[in-house]
Amino acid sequence: MMSCLRATERMSQSLDQKLPLTERVQLKLHLLMCKRCERCQQQMELLHRVCRKRSDQSADN
Amino acid sequence: MAEVLLDIAERLEALRPRLLAFARLQLVDESLAEDRVQDALLAAYEARENFSGGSKFETWVFAILKNKIIDEIRRRQRELTTQFDADQVVEVDAMFDERAHWVSGKQPEHWVQPESSYLNEQFWLVFDVCVFHLPEGTARVFTMRELLGVETKEICDSLGLSQQNVWVMLHRARLKIRGCLERGWFGREALPK
Repeated sequence: MMSCLRATERMSQSLDQKLPLTERVQLKLHLLMCKRCERCQQQMELLHRVCRKRSDQSADN
Repeated sequence: MAEVLLDIAERLEALRPRLLAFARLQLVDESLAEDRVQDALLAAYEARENFSGGSKFETWVFAILKNKIIDEIRRRQRELTTQFDADQVVEVDAMFDERAHWVSGKQPEHWVQPESSYLNEQFWLVFDVCVFHLPEGTARVFTMRELLGVETKEICDSLGLSQQNVWVMLHRARLKIRGCLERGWFGREALPK
């Protein structure tokens, strides 16, 4: 099974580009079994979203 | 009048965890952080009549705290910068054990009230401090990617870095900022009462 460190690398990368299918599946499997990494992924995605909102906001002003 | 005073005191007290979390990110010493927060709360209470109501109350109190922290940093510049790195930033290597699993105590905690935070000016204050804690190159890559929305390919080209390099930097930046935001905003300790 993929390690947590590796899983966090993949989840970070998935915010920047589409992962190859095998990697997507491996990550998904890891996340199903690992609560900590699942949480980490949600938080990285949240970070990604709020940053986007902030740059939209400053573009509006 | 007595009721209004009580109200202000209560609002200040409710804000204490937020202020403390913010001060802790910048002042290494726990008791220093507590002292400066205490100063700021007192100053805000004493100056309550100066609060125009124009800016939000929380923003006004944070501005007072910021000044207290700046004074403190000026006073102790040398000590603070020498201690800074080792104590403040959790390195990515320290988050995982030898089997590359999360180290207990460094794993992601449950975040309270996450999504609407971006609306809040204080959140971005904490966020900026977290980015500031990153090594310079990492901060640059992270800012280009997440705040300017530049694709990684273009970051590689403009900074002369390999794709792999940029991914490593983004990964480290995201893990560190996640941890820093947890400590400074989303975690249980930072939550207003």
